[in-house]
Amino acid sequence: MAPVVKIEDVHKIYDSGEVQVHAVRGISLELYKGEFMALMGASGSGKSTLMNTLGCLDRPTRGTYLLDGIDISQLDRNELADLRNAKLGFVFQGFNLLARTTALENVELPMLYGTRKVSSREMAERALHCLDIVGLSDRADHFPSQLSGGQQQRVAIARALVNEPQVLLADEPTGNLDSKTSVEVMGVFQKLNNEGITIVMVTHELDIANYCKRNLIMRDGRVVSDIQVAQRSIAEVEMQRLREAETAAKLTG
Amino acid sequence: MRIASTFTISFRALRRNAMRSTLTALGIIIGVGAVIAMVSIGNGAKAMVESQIASLGQNVLLIFSGSFNQGGARSGAFGAGTLTIDDAEAIKREVPGAVSVSPEVRANAQVLANGLNWSTQILGESETYLDIRQWPIADGAMFTDADVRGVGKVCVIGQTIVTQLFPDGDPIGQILRIRNQPFKVLGVLVAKGLSVQGQDQDDFVLVPYTSAMKRIAKQPMLRSINAQSASADSIERVQNDIIALLRQRHRTTEQTDDFTVRNQIEIAQARTAATDTMTLLLGAIAGVSLVVGGIGIMNIMLVSVTERTREIGIRLAVGAHGSEIQLQFLTEAVVLSAFGGSLGILLGVVASEILSSVNHWPTLVSSTAVVTAFVFSAAVGVVFGFYPARKASLLDPIDALRYE
Repeated sequence: MAPVVKIEDVHKIYDSGEVQVHAVRGISLELYKGEFMALMGASGSGKSTLMNTLGCLDRPTRGTYLLDGIDISQLDRNELADLRNAKLGFVFQGFNLLARTTALENVELPMLYGTRKVSSREMAERALHCLDIVGLSDRADHFPSQLSGGQQQRVAIARALVNEPQVLLADEPTGNLDSKTSVEVMGVFQKLNNEGITIVMVTHELDIANYCKRNLIMRDGRVVSDIQVAQRSIAEVEMQRLREAETAAKLTG
Repeated sequence: MRIASTFTISFRALRRNAMRSTLTALGIIIGVGAVIAMVSIGNGAKAMVESQIASLGQNVLLIFSGSFNQGGARSGAFGAGTLTIDDAEAIKREVPGAVSVSPEVRANAQVLANGLNWSTQILGESETYLDIRQWPIADGAMFTDADVRGVGKVCVIGQTIVTQLFPDGDPIGQILRIRNQPFKVLGVLVAKGLSVQGQDQDDFVLVPYTSAMKRIAKQPMLRSINAQSASADSIERVQNDIIALLRQRHRTTEQTDDFTVRNQIEIAQARTAATDTMTLLLGAIAGVSLVVGGIGIMNIMLVSVTERTREIGIRLAVGAHGSEIQLQFLTEAVVLSAFGGSLGILLGVVASEILSSVNHWPTLVSSTAVVTAFVFSAAVGVVFGFYPARKASLLDPIDALRYE
């Protein structure tokens, strides 16, 4: 089986005139369908740059990147946009939902930019289906300001799913959430992964990385560790534990 | 490019900020409204002047004594009495293009009838006068050539005279006393109402010019001569013929002319030129506010692009092309200005209606002004929306997403 993502000896150098910043210094990586990888590293380790490259938001300075067999170094700005639309889903730390726009319309957004024309009825159906996957179909007509942080992030995940992407890219998706909501969101990711969706996620937190199957740690633009998680946390189990702890606290309190 | 969905996106974005959209459009609403209202006032004034000039009659030439460029003893129109009946006869005889000629004499007099009296103007004319002025008779008949030749004591009266002296109705056949001489009323003219200057155009008594000269004014000179050319095309030739004839008869040159000949088209041009200037001026002032409205739109669109940088980043990340972002913002600007333009047209029409009913100003909403204002406001959207839209489309998705 061919890898969904295959990068070979990728370098990224930012040239701001006087100084050259070598953010990524030769990374090779293969990612197969159904993988769930956490990308970790300190600030300045190059993980965001690698993420932007994986997300086709940026082209590598050197090296090749094949996404689903397509060499992205040959594509122009618009072709990259079409590729992002068709094959990638994005989840951000700050949710990045459009304000004063309903959850449903937010989820519909990627379909508006699809290369295939989708009727407004089909758009609504697909968006609602994705909201259902993240458990928010009853909040379809809510505005982001009427939703909690965890719910907003789930809407964002639904938006990332709506074009059935090859890879879901999440940039610190739990960075703005408390620990309980983080577990909730990780539960959604695990559920999606169990259904076969490939996920790459940037995170700072080790316990969050523990929900993933594979951990890739970077330092100074290089991979220093690439391991399969041995003792994987399961969100459902953690939620159960949290609930019990809460009940216990109530009883004793 | 997915144009239909780009429109959907633009409309959604505008609806999301309904209040701001409306305020942004306000500049255009007022601008277009002002243009429509101002041009309507200008056009109304012009139409009024034109109708007034049309009421002079058709293809009319006016020959009056005195000259604006007379050397030595300078005198304006109607100054020196230099025109005679012989001049009028000569024009009738020797200028073939002048189909009707009516010598004119004016006098003011107190007229009496039914024991009532009224101070009015006595107008001495020939029997063709009403044809020249294209003024229909409401009741009775005009006096004839025979009345003119016979210095007849007959008259035709305006509606105001009927109201003032014959309140009981039918004046036809009754006697009107002018300077103590009885004149028989032959006909009554159709009412014309007030002129632009507020003059009552129906307040006069029309008598044969011979009678006016010999019985009322008691003077041998004509005030002016009304003439009519057969067609608008020949009016200038007839005018030149009359000038040449009168120069020969009066032994004058261009510098020493003691008469002036004006044709209706000249009069019309002089009068409408003034109202045209006014329309242009009003329209230009209003146009400035339209441009200011456009700048307002650009301002808001620029703020909007900055404020929505993250939104643009999200759109680019999920697959929007730069051109689609540009089209979205351009569409927003054009929709705003076109929406503002439509409301502005409505405002302008309503404003000119109110002006005309409250102030009794004549206004005329011209379809040209409406179409021009609408097209212009949409163009304002394109012109002033282009730069912000271009700016938005060139954003880098990574930077835009990271924008705080």
